[in-house]
Amino acid sequence: MKVSYSWIKEYTKIDASIKEFCDAMTMSGSKVEGWAVLGADIKNVVTGKVVEITKHPDADKLVVTKIDIGSETIQVVTGAKNLSEGDCVPVALHGSSLPGGLKIKKGKLRGVVSEGMLCSIAELNVTVNDYPNAIEDGIMVLDGEVELGLDITKVLGLDEDIVEFEITSNRPDCFSVIGLAREAAATFKKDFAVKETMPKEAAAGDINEMITIEVKDFELCPRYTARVITDVVIETSPEWLRQRLRDAGVRPINNIVDITNYVMLEYGQPMHAFDLDNISGKKIIVRSAEAGEMLDTLDDKPRKLDPSMLVIADENKPVAVAGVMGGAESEVTDTTKTILFESATFKATSVRLTAKKLVMRTESSGRFEKGLDYNNTLPAINRACELVEELGAGKVVKGVVDVWADAPLAKTIELRVDRINTFLGTYISRNEMLDIFAPLEISVEGDMVTAPSFRPDLLCEADLAEEVARFYGYNNIKATMLAGEETTQGKRSYKQRLRDIVEGVCLSSGMYEIYTYSFTSPGIFDRLGLTKNDVLRKTVKIRNPLGEDYSVMRTTTFPEMMKVIAHNRNRNIEKGAFYEMGVTYHPVEGSDLPKEKPVLSLGMFNSGGFFDLKGIMEEITDTLGMSGIEYVPITDNPIFHPGRCASLLKDGMEIGLLGQVNPNICKEFEVPEETVMGTIYVNRLYEMADFERKYTELPKYPAVTRDIAILVDDDVTSGNIINLINESVGAYLEKVNFFDVYKGAQTGEGKKSLAFSMVYRSSEKTLTEEEVSASFNKVVKTLSEKIGAELR
Amino acid sequence: MKQKLKEILEKAGNEISAIKDKKMLEDARVRYLGKKGMLTEVMRGMGKLTKEERPNMGKLANEVREKIDVLLGAIAEKVEKEALSIKLQQEKIDVTIPGNRRGIGKKHPLTQAIEEMEEIFIGLGYDIAEGPEIETVYNNFDALNTEENHPSRDEQDTFYITDNILLRTQTSPVQIRVMKNSEPPIKIICPGRVYRADTVDATHSPVFHQIEGLVIDKGVTMGDLIGTLKLFAKNLFGENTKIRLRPHHFPFTEPSAEVDVSCWVCNGKGCRVCKGEGWIEILGAGMVHPNVMKACGIDPEVYTGFAFGMGVERAAMGRHSISDLRLLFENDLRFLEQF
Repeated sequence: MKVSYSWIKEYTKIDASIKEFCDAMTMSGSKVEGWAVLGADIKNVVTGKVVEITKHPDADKLVVTKIDIGSETIQVVTGAKNLSEGDCVPVALHGSSLPGGLKIKKGKLRGVVSEGMLCSIAELNVTVNDYPNAIEDGIMVLDGEVELGLDITKVLGLDEDIVEFEITSNRPDCFSVIGLAREAAATFKKDFAVKETMPKEAAAGDINEMITIEVKDFELCPRYTARVITDVVIETSPEWLRQRLRDAGVRPINNIVDITNYVMLEYGQPMHAFDLDNISGKKIIVRSAEAGEMLDTLDDKPRKLDPSMLVIADENKPVAVAGVMGGAESEVTDTTKTILFESATFKATSVRLTAKKLVMRTESSGRFEKGLDYNNTLPAINRACELVEELGAGKVVKGVVDVWADAPLAKTIELRVDRINTFLGTYISRNEMLDIFAPLEISVEGDMVTAPSFRPDLLCEADLAEEVARFYGYNNIKATMLAGEETTQGKRSYKQRLRDIVEGVCLSSGMYEIYTYSFTSPGIFDRLGLTKNDVLRKTVKIRNPLGEDYSVMRTTTFPEMMKVIAHNRNRNIEKGAFYEMGVTYHPVEGSDLPKEKPVLSLGMFNSGGFFDLKGIMEEITDTLGMSGIEYVPITDNPIFHPGRCASLLKDGMEIGLLGQVNPNICKEFEVPEETVMGTIYVNRLYEMADFERKYTELPKYPAVTRDIAILVDDDVTSGNIINLINESVGAYLEKVNFFDVYKGAQTGEGKKSLAFSMVYRSSEKTLTEEEVSASFNKVVKTLSEKIGAELR
Repeated sequence: MKQKLKEILEKAGNEISAIKDKKMLEDARVRYLGKKGMLTEVMRGMGKLTKEERPNMGKLANEVREKIDVLLGAIAEKVEKEALSIKLQQEKIDVTIPGNRRGIGKKHPLTQAIEEMEEIFIGLGYDIAEGPEIETVYNNFDALNTEENHPSRDEQDTFYITDNILLRTQTSPVQIRVMKNSEPPIKIICPGRVYRADTVDATHSPVFHQIEGLVIDKGVTMGDLIGTLKLFAKNLFGENTKIRLRPHHFPFTEPSAEVDVSCWVCNGKGCRVCKGEGWIEILGAGMVHPNVMKACGIDPEVYTGFAFGMGVERAAMGRHSISDLRLLFENDLRFLEQF
């Protein structure tokens, strides 16, 4: 909310500088976003009177004027056509500055000296709305007689300090100058006074014959206050009122509309003015709209209404959407003669939902939706009437039609001074607290505190504590350290430590951590080549996504990994290895909340192949004490190369997946061929990790190593061989390692050669050649019998 | 023969002292003491000697053999030393040539920021709590004292799955879960991913991260909150950092505050980074609202508490002068390497 500092000072005599004011208000709870002087960039522009106009000797389109600026008369050449002698105009002198960085200097125009520049409204950055009598296409002519040589910013009120406040939604009272002035008075400990409004009520007639008000739903409209103005004269508002509106960022329109806006700014009570002659039956009914009813609002848009919306209606039809906007038909125009002023309280949620449904948001609805003070309708409407009289806009009819339900009960809260002090950590006396409450109009009787009706946010002791704290000064509260009854132990949980360990392996393997989005496009599954029934297609869908690309929660991390790889590759980064400790989301039948699965996502490009990534995964499972991991080939996962993909199993359960990306997918996602990716299901790690480490004695006796190379059929895997060797129970066999595969001319078609290294050792003695050979031969025999392996 | 032996010894002595390297040493050893060496040859002549002459000659021969051996041994040491010295000289390297790096990875800057903050709080006895990202409307709003029509519930701000399920907009739901499932004293921080319907630009993302803290115990005061925030700010931004609280409004705390830290670039004097203010807004904080505690079955007459929260991206971007939030989710290696 924008307010000029001088307007606030009308209600409380503060003498702080603008900077002191802004700082103090922020620190007591009314945050100042910023402050500015509207005409800050206008310097050295003064008022002057045109005393002579002559044609320019050398230019048809120019005239030479003599301008009296009080201290002297200067000569200014201008192209304007709208000047007459005696006009008072703004004169930018030599060395002056104008908005937009324009600097004016003495010079010659077509050979004639010009000592300055006469200004249009645009050049001063004001508009015809602010100054309706000025013309857009010419020099600004000031109204009436003006003292000469005065700073134009003072004359036009552009020298005001305008403060912009950020008001939080729980303080509807601060969306008004009076509310802010009250806060300012409390902050600076100065007196605060709002003049009582006293319209003279000169118009003839009985108001009850002019208008009747019927409220059908007091829950939606707790109070409706109305007054009538006759002999209306619509004209421009006086300058002081236009300035106040302009400073607040509101466009001046005409005296009546301006008055309602002025009162809205001043009291925080939105008002509406109807042309009473266009209200059928001289009756206002506040009711819910009926299905199918339509209304053309002031902005000339037809609005479709429904029974959830509260409307202001006359005998026949709706004439306004309550609290949001008035109708076009009953709008105040130049020919309006009689006005009905509305000043009412509407239920906050009703106005909010109605405005949302109609996709509208007005200054009026913005205030109502925060919950306004029931008691404010009458003072506001009286103020409006007072202004009508002051401006000569019409005659105020005696009396008020004021329809209301029972007043809401005032909220009382128990005041426990000691508890507030223990809560805040302060030592504030009861009297100090009362001194804080008094200017806020929070009344105290004994131990009971009553909140004023304009403070719907004061509901409990904590709210009182906040009032005390913000005026005591949050930063005056002494900083202390928690002194709880027991010390608490801070540590990472088992799961967090496990993840740290896993990440440590990834880091030491040269992988960089990435962060990717949790949502994706539903189109991703077709791009991955998944079958129509693939379980990954079952997603959690966002009802109101930002766009299609972010409309479902991801069920796999592979697409995001490929996007990162493609991004880096496209920027000519030659290689990379990445990991992400992420989450995938899977809907669960019969459950509201989906399952969130933690997964480790891995990917590399130009940093090694399948076996390098497998190596990293082996490091991970090894570090977690997980042995017996089986790598089983997967040939039907469309994302991966059918010959280079494996599932990781432990105890028969799948714990992960890895593979080289299928060339089709590489092309689709623009990643290099031989990109490899993998994933590990972290829940399985939590369940299966084993951190128990028991020492085994170091070997006392030396080992004997025997290498073996065997010729086998192509489809025999090294895993098969190792299992067979281990099963053959050759005595003293400590370990068997695979170290080479060879396929070529020497092996022939359909066959390959696998080489193993077998390590023999006894824990009791040094083995003899014969003992090793016996064991070795047993292995060879087993391999030959079981799979027809030939020794090479 | 005696003469011959003497000659051999003398010759050996001269030759050995001229030995420069291993090869010469080996040659000498073979020439004098080898199977076909000089000494052996002379010894062959032993057969021509008389029975009486043989033992003496034998003894002499052995003496000569021993003496040659000793000479060889001494020179061997010298030769070894020389050889090593030459080897060391030749093996000299240019130490300014870059090393062979094995290549380690790095954690993402957001993780680094979160871990730094976790460290500070673990040291103060806090646990790290986690919870689901997809939450109930109840846990994300209702339990947090956020009224039905609060604008943050709007579809413009929050992602919904159904009327009752949404993507959490803050990590506060984790606090609700903890408060419902544990007895005070509670001291936790909850880092996590949150979601808001903000279109992607240099300072906004629909996905981002928060870290919130919660303390519930007997006798917790606002002074304790301020003390904790001060400590946190000093640890994260430097020993000279000051904090400043400004009254604000959150539905789940009362009193509520926005917390500024003194600008870490200009130390509060005013600069471009802090827009001349000297302060940078970094946290929201306050005393836990009694309604929130009641909703979780904690009696506000017995217990009080405070809560605070900050956006991780904002803090990380501020500290590292990262200009564009999108960089944190693009994962360009040249960006990730810098942290």
